[in-house]
Amino acid sequence: MSTTHDELARVVREHAGRLAASLVHLLGDFAAAEDLVQDAVEAALRRWPTEGIPERPDAWLFTVARRRGLDVLRRQTRYRDKLAQLQWPVPGEPDDRLRLVFTCCHPALPRQAQIALTLRVVCGLTTGQIAAAFLVPETTVARRITRAKRKITDAGIPYRIPGDDELPDRLDEVLTVVYLLFNEGYLSSTPDRAHSRRLAEDAEWLAASLAWLMPREPEVLGLLALIRLHEARAAARFDDEGRIVLLPDQDRSRYDHDAIDAATQLLAQAAARHRAGPYQLQAAIVACHAEAPTWADTDWAQILVLYDMLLQHTPNPVVRLNRAVALRHVAGPAVALGELDGLAATLADHHLYHATRAELLRALGHPGPAREADLRALELTTNPAQRAVLERRLDAREWS
Amino acid sequence: MKYVLMFVETEDYANELAAMGEAERGAAYDEVGRWFAEHDARITRHVHLQPAHTATTVRLQDGRAEVSDGPFVEGKEIVSGFVEVEVADLDEALAMARSWPACPIVEIRPAAS
Repeated sequence: MSTTHDELARVVREHAGRLAASLVHLLGDFAAAEDLVQDAVEAALRRWPTEGIPERPDAWLFTVARRRGLDVLRRQTRYRDKLAQLQWPVPGEPDDRLRLVFTCCHPALPRQAQIALTLRVVCGLTTGQIAAAFLVPETTVARRITRAKRKITDAGIPYRIPGDDELPDRLDEVLTVVYLLFNEGYLSSTPDRAHSRRLAEDAEWLAASLAWLMPREPEVLGLLALIRLHEARAAARFDDEGRIVLLPDQDRSRYDHDAIDAATQLLAQAAARHRAGPYQLQAAIVACHAEAPTWADTDWAQILVLYDMLLQHTPNPVVRLNRAVALRHVAGPAVALGELDGLAATLADHHLYHATRAELLRALGHPGPAREADLRALELTTNPAQRAVLERRLDAREWS
Repeated sequence: MKYVLMFVETEDYANELAAMGEAERGAAYDEVGRWFAEHDARITRHVHLQPAHTATTVRLQDGRAEVSDGPFVEGKEIVSGFVEVEVADLDEALAMARSWPACPIVEIRPAAS
């Protein structure tokens, strides 16, 4: 059942995005095109499970969208004439899908709408599927999408790839959305892991499509490498009972080493362009961990250098916190703790700040303050898997 | 498409401007002049408003009109002027706003046709 479902999701994602791209391009009306595609996707999700996936799913979706379009738009000659000329497959404009992603992630749209719209238009998810993935009411998602589509039309958000001068800014927006999607799927706080797994796959697919469409953008390759490196280690991150296994305790034989090699090659390809950026640097850090045969073999000096570079690009306190962990292994827990003191004010409400502090205090032989810090971290964590890690640590202290 | 770019003054910006020496302020005004010259072809209308203390607000509620002084109660951000521009799309309007050299906030709204 779930294999059929995955296959359906894959086929829909593959073709709905392409169909949406060509329809938007042809009609020049984002909202109208998107409605047609959603109708076709919903018809497919209704009929394919019983009738089987058609031999040419793209042509099937196209026929349904076109027929529906002719029905709905009978009164509007402008669209009727255009739809009448439409043929599938559309003579290829590979940039169409890229244009679509940039429209969905336009900075004039609120972030939540960017995410919902990308999932719906580019990945072909229905409103119901998006709502289930983010555990929000379907009406909320529907409202976000309706508002976003109205804003695209009314505010004159163009359907185009940004020019070279705007590209860095706008690409950031797109990469952020893809990475947020991935994190929602990967580190999900949702109890239903089946749904969140699919989000991680959607994000990987989006990153791979971007890399295919923009092979010269090193940060795009960096993001794809980062996602694939995380995925390659996924099997070792949870034990049989679904509890988080921390990095030092992970069984590294369960990593997908072929995937790690492929991802590091991708990263090398990105690095050859000599335009380091936050995604490449994060991927390089994950690669250091993934390639170390054991926890004890971790190349902390290299990781520290990478964090220093990352801080130059993204001078934010969470990066400094992670850098302090690397610093502990290079310069000792006392130095790392000193570094954390500088973050006390900004990260007072961040659970990882307190959890990291607890570890350093324990390493320095201060169990009392360490326990207090762990308790504070527990107060600040909502993610059930992360709570379980902290509770186990606190329990262990009771017995020691 | 027609858009209106509304220039929004903030208290911080007003203080900054007040703290400037005459030459520095003159240079800041020159930059604004250059911006207008550069975008002249696309600007269809420009209105610069008198300062906030000249404003009067009428609040229409429950069939009553309440007249008060100032832009709005405790308002710290004040529209100081606007231009109407004729450009292809939001991105073009955004590019104009991005190069605006004066007050720190610009609100962009399409004009209803």
